[in-house]
Amino acid sequence: MLTASEKRIIRALQIDLEVRAQPFLPLAESLGLSETELLAAIRDLMARGYIRRFGATIRHRISGFDANAMVAWAVPPSEINRVGQILAGYREVTHCYERQITGNWPYNLFTMIHARTQSECQEMAQRMAELTGIKDYELLFSDVELKKTTMRYFRDHAEDTGELPPADTKTINPH
Amino acid sequence: MNQKNNEPGTEALDDLDRAILNEIQVHFPIVSRPYAEVGQRLGLSETEVLARVQRLHDQGIIRRIGANFNSRKLGYTSTLCTAEVPEAQMEQFVQVVNRYAGVTHNYLRRHRYNIWFTLIAPSTERIEQILTEISAQTGIKEIYSLPARQIFKIQADFPL
Repeated sequence: MLTASEKRIIRALQIDLEVRAQPFLPLAESLGLSETELLAAIRDLMARGYIRRFGATIRHRISGFDANAMVAWAVPPSEINRVGQILAGYREVTHCYERQITGNWPYNLFTMIHARTQSECQEMAQRMAELTGIKDYELLFSDVELKKTTMRYFRDHAEDTGELPPADTKTINPH
Repeated sequence: MNQKNNEPGTEALDDLDRAILNEIQVHFPIVSRPYAEVGQRLGLSETEVLARVQRLHDQGIIRRIGANFNSRKLGYTSTLCTAEVPEAQMEQFVQVVNRYAGVTHNYLRRHRYNIWFTLIAPSTERIEQILTEISAQTGIKEIYSLPARQIFKIQADFPL
C-alpha cells in the first residue's frame, strides 16, 4: 500500500526532470522534503516495484532502427507460453504481450518489432513465423503518431473526464 | 504525414553521446549529483555530461527523464483499444479520444482496424465508461478493448 506522502511523491515524479547538476533538489523543495529524503523515497519505490524504471526515454528512431511494426499473432492458447517466450527473446522485440481476443479480432499475441526498414520488419516477422510455426499473423505499420504522452497518476482531479488534455500532449492532425 | 524527416538521425550522435544515453536510460543514478556520477563512470566531467544531456534533450533525442511506473501496481487498469474508423470521421474521432488523459498512445495504422490507442484508468468500470462515452460522441459503435493477460516482455529502453 502507498501512503499519502508516497502518492504525492509519485505525482511529482511524473514530470520531465530538469537538466541541472542537482535535478532532484527543486522537486524535493516543492514537496517540502530534503533531497536525501526524496532520493531515499525514490529508491524505495523502485525496490518495491512501483517505479518500473527511472531514466531517460529516447526516441526509438535515433537508435538506427527507423522502422517499427506491431505484429499480432493468432496463437493457440496451449502454445502461448512457448511462443511468447521465443518472441520475447528477440533483441528487436521491445514489447510482447498476450491479450484478450474479442469480436472479429482473433490475434492474441502482440509484439512490437524494430528494424531498419519496413521490408526488414516483414522479413523478421516471416522468420519468426517459421521459427514458431505460427503462420497466422498481421503486420500493422503506424502511419501517424496521433498522441504520445505519459500517464498522470493520482492527479488532483482524479477523474479523467476527457475535458482537459494534459499540458504536454502532442497532437498531430492526420490531415 | 510522417514526422521522420524532421527528426535528427543516428549520425547526430557520437560515441560519447551513445555511452551517456545508455547509462542514463537504464542506470540513471538516484543521487544528489547524477551527472557527476555518470561522468565518473565514463571518465568525463560533470560539466561535459550536463552540456551533452542538455543538447540531446534540446534536440528531442531525449524525450523525457523521469520515472516510469507500473500502472497495475499503482492500482490502475490499462488496455489496448482498436476501432475501424472511416476517413470522414477520423478527425473528430481522434479529437474525442485524445482529450482523455488516460489515452497515452494513439496511432493511425495501415489496417482495416486503423486506430490503436492505449487507455489507462483507475478501474475496469471506468475504462468501459470512457469507451461508451467515446462511442456516444463519435458514433463509432465498435471499439474493441484488448487488455493484457500476460506480459512476456516490456522494454522501454533500447541499446544504442
